[in-house]
Amino acid sequence: MLNYIFKRILAAIPVLLGVTLLVFTMLYFTEGDPARLILGDTAAEEEVEALREELGLNESFISQYISYLGGVLKGDLGTDYITGRPVRDEIMERLGTTLKLAAASIIFSIVIAIPAGIISAVRQYSLIDIISMVIALLGNSMPNFWLALMLILFFSVYLGVLPASGLYGLKYYIMPVIGISAGAVATITRMTRSSMLEVIRQDYIRMARIKGQTEFAVIVKHALKNALIPVITVIGIQFTVAVGGAVVNEQVFAIPGLGKFLVDAIKARNYRVVQGGVLVLAIICSLVNLFIDLLYAFIDPRIKNQFRESGKLRSIRKAREEGL
Amino acid sequence: MNDRNSPLLSVRNLTIHYITDDGIVRAVNDISFDLEKGKTLGLVGETGAGKTTTALGIMNLVPDPPGKIISGQILVNGKDILKFKKNELKKYRGKVASMVLQDPMTALNPLITVGEQIAEVLRLHDKLSRADSYIKAAQMLELVGIPSDRINDYPHEFSGGMKQRVVIAIALACNPQLLIADEPTTALDVTIQAQVLSLIRDLIKKYGTSMILITHDLGVVTEICDEVAIMYAGQIVEKGDLEAVYEHTGHPYTRGLFGSLPSLAVKAHRLNPIEGLMPDPTDLPKGCAFHPRCPDKMPECVSRTPVVIETEPGHFVRCLLYE
Repeated sequence: MLNYIFKRILAAIPVLLGVTLLVFTMLYFTEGDPARLILGDTAAEEEVEALREELGLNESFISQYISYLGGVLKGDLGTDYITGRPVRDEIMERLGTTLKLAAASIIFSIVIAIPAGIISAVRQYSLIDIISMVIALLGNSMPNFWLALMLILFFSVYLGVLPASGLYGLKYYIMPVIGISAGAVATITRMTRSSMLEVIRQDYIRMARIKGQTEFAVIVKHALKNALIPVITVIGIQFTVAVGGAVVNEQVFAIPGLGKFLVDAIKARNYRVVQGGVLVLAIICSLVNLFIDLLYAFIDPRIKNQFRESGKLRSIRKAREEGL
Repeated sequence: MNDRNSPLLSVRNLTIHYITDDGIVRAVNDISFDLEKGKTLGLVGETGAGKTTTALGIMNLVPDPPGKIISGQILVNGKDILKFKKNELKKYRGKVASMVLQDPMTALNPLITVGEQIAEVLRLHDKLSRADSYIKAAQMLELVGIPSDRINDYPHEFSGGMKQRVVIAIALACNPQLLIADEPTTALDVTIQAQVLSLIRDLIKKYGTSMILITHDLGVVTEICDEVAIMYAGQIVEKGDLEAVYEHTGHPYTRGLFGSLPSLAVKAHRLNPIEGLMPDPTDLPKGCAFHPRCPDKMPECVSRTPVVIETEPGHFVRCLLYE
């Protein structure tokens, strides 16, 4: 298992390198001169030129990239051109907010979507199934930011019951979480339903009924775990979508997280911040994917087998049996 | 059919339809048969003859929707299991009647150890503690010829034949009175088929279990069964003791089945199948369902539905030739 984790982390390195190269290249060729932006329109050309030299912007693309990468490998994401503070510190201050919001959204999605999907599948074509599928279709069709704006209009402007911006307490989470998770709820509900429908037609479900098992145990003990395997994939994808979606949603709700920080940095041509922010997001996505893959092994013994160091786990299991 | 002293299972005028968008699939049409304690009945027919639907009916597990039990009774020890309430059914399935499914590859839950899958049924019915249920499960594994140290292995670690042994262990764990084996060897290698069949035969003999063996293999029937019922288009067209059906075959369809078996004695270049195909169960022919394929067709077969006739004691045929 440890072997596998190590291999997966190694495999993530080229991906992350690719991400840094891509972002670096895109920003390099983007219009706008950071030195000019920092100093403002009124600054003299000589001052700007001096700053360019100081920031290393006059060096070739390759040498700029290599020196940036050298810093990254040492854990140094460079310096914020505007505030002069280390980018790493600035990101770390904001990352918690974004992750909390994404985690809250995913937990909310799971709590709503998995039971809804199960009920829809077990009562296929019933009223409750039709209603939840219509809601799921709506959730998938509405753009996140539009839903967020509508929520603000209704709950903050019209009813005045929920705060429209910031993140200072539980109440502040309600609308952003709904805004971010609408799509995830819809996708996870539909996936749970279709996966469940497939599983409950399997012979081993019939076998569980032949044993005289109660309907509840048939669904929870025999069907759900099997149905969850594809659902977990979708949850993982939705988590990365939620982290990415933070870029938009934090903007709408004026939440001081990594997403808003990134958008502001792009507007200000704050290169180092953009590069660092995207890299951190990419690392989070890689870690989530790894976590999901490990979760499979936890659920499915067939996958666990592939991870097993030959015979080691088996002998542990043997020993445990003998103790029994 | 005649009244003997309290058969274990008595199916009376059972009719099961599947109601689909493409029409009503008449899977089982007015079948009746008895099974005495300790006896084995072979239920033989082509694919789509309604054998599995009959079996699911006896478990009261016809998938609804689309399946519907239209009419009839299924009496087990004199009680109609179709009228059972939820908790009565819970005690019936697995304990009184159990079933072995056709494909062992899909009959076991891939995420649960085989031990737990056996122990589960023991805890449900025999009220064993967790530890005791595992001890009994290990005994069941040994009984079906699997070393008990594999109790914590998962289904994917077993071969097809071994999986079917596990399924048999599950089905027989609570010592049911009735076992329904739905083509238990069809999905297995020929070499394994004989092993699994003799395992089933030995176990039901040992425990005095009654069995319905669903198969389309007439050879298997002679090895295991006391009686045989031939199904065609949702009806039992002929039923009786092995000897009666094999020696004094009554129904033209049964004769066709025997005729289509290759023989070692007579060298033939081609097999001798029954002409035509099984009718579409959404659109069964009027009169006798077999008449379009029947070599002995009479004019009235097209219009009149035959009833069951007892041609000799215990031998029933559903054919106008005998009316």
